[in-house]
Amino acid sequence: MDLKEIIAHLLKENFPGVNVELIEYKNELTLRVEKQHIVKVCKFLKENADLQFTLCEDITAIDWAKRKNRFTVVYHIFSLKSKNRLAVKVDVDESDCSIDSVASVWKTANWHERETYDMYGIKFSNHPDLRRMYMPEEFEYYPLRKDFPVMGIPGSLPLPKK
Amino acid sequence: MGLEAKLTDDGFFTTKLDAIIEWSRKYSVWPMPMGISCCAIEMMAAGDPKYDIARFGSEVMRFTPRQCDLMIVAGTVTYKMSHVVRKIYDQMPDPKWVIAMGACTSSGGMYRSYNVVQGIDQFLPVDIYLAGCPPRPDNLLNALIQIQDKIGKTRAKDFQDIKLPELTVLQSN
Ligand code: SF4
Repeated sequence: MDLKEIIAHLLKENFPGVNVELIEYKNELTLRVEKQHIVKVCKFLKENADLQFTLCEDITAIDWAKRKNRFTVVYHIFSLKSKNRLAVKVDVDESDCSIDSVASVWKTANWHERETYDMYGIKFSNHPDLRRMYMPEEFEYYPLRKDFPVMGIPGSLPLPKK
Repeated sequence: MGLEAKLTDDGFFTTKLDAIIEWSRKYSVWPMPMGISCCAIEMMAAGDPKYDIARFGSEVMRFTPRQCDLMIVAGTVTYKMSHVVRKIYDQMPDPKWVIAMGACTSSGGMYRSYNVVQGIDQFLPVDIYLAGCPPRPDNLLNALIQIQDKIGKTRAKDFQDIKLPELTVLQSN
């Protein structure tokens, strides 16, 4: 059995009511889940003895601008045991721009989620310390959103007095 | 040879105070190496034996602003960093000069985006803009020579009635 079948099988067995979708494209495997299940699925992927996705490499997001579910949060995880890589994708809509934090599963997720929050404004519930990462605390916008101008919004970032 | 040649038998000579201050100030410009990114590497190269900034009396890179006359801003200044740069500049004693080293500090350079200050002259008085990405060390030396020329033209009266900027004093409890 290849990884796709193993994951599909294990998830079906352990989470009977959860809709998951596995897509393989150019040898890269993507798992789509609904956002209310993200924490338990991630915990399972990490702790299951056959999978052991112990390393969370990156968490980021995609802004689709006009699509119905505007954002997709992407988790890149890696298994040090089987050397497999998996991308977990979750759709988030702008009207309810939040998702549960996986910082309780992977400690590295803490800063990755802060960065995603800083750049896209997606709130991670139950995050231990959800502050901005790069931009100043009092900044009001989210720079990597598609509707943010490249040159920024004049006056939004204060300069020292001359 | 040197100064001694000017000395007559009596052992003194006359000059203007302006001239002697300017002469000594010119060859003891102590830089504040504000190395923020890649340009700082070339600034370090200017200090090595090959380019040898010591020939111009500026080898004493001070890492405290209180002992510096010249701030070399070498690197990309983001909006967040601009407050730090300004704070260090404010701590330098007068008279002081600023070199904006490289395309980034002069104009934002290739970082035409929301987070990089498009030219540090928006919050600092700049004396020399230095072109290049990064400028070669000899170019930095050229800028230093130009600063020396500028120092050579300042007179004591330029500093009279000067208003010191107000510093915000942080109080510790
Ligand atoms: S001008 Fe070029 S070398 Fe200098 S800091 Fe900017 S990018 Fe780096």
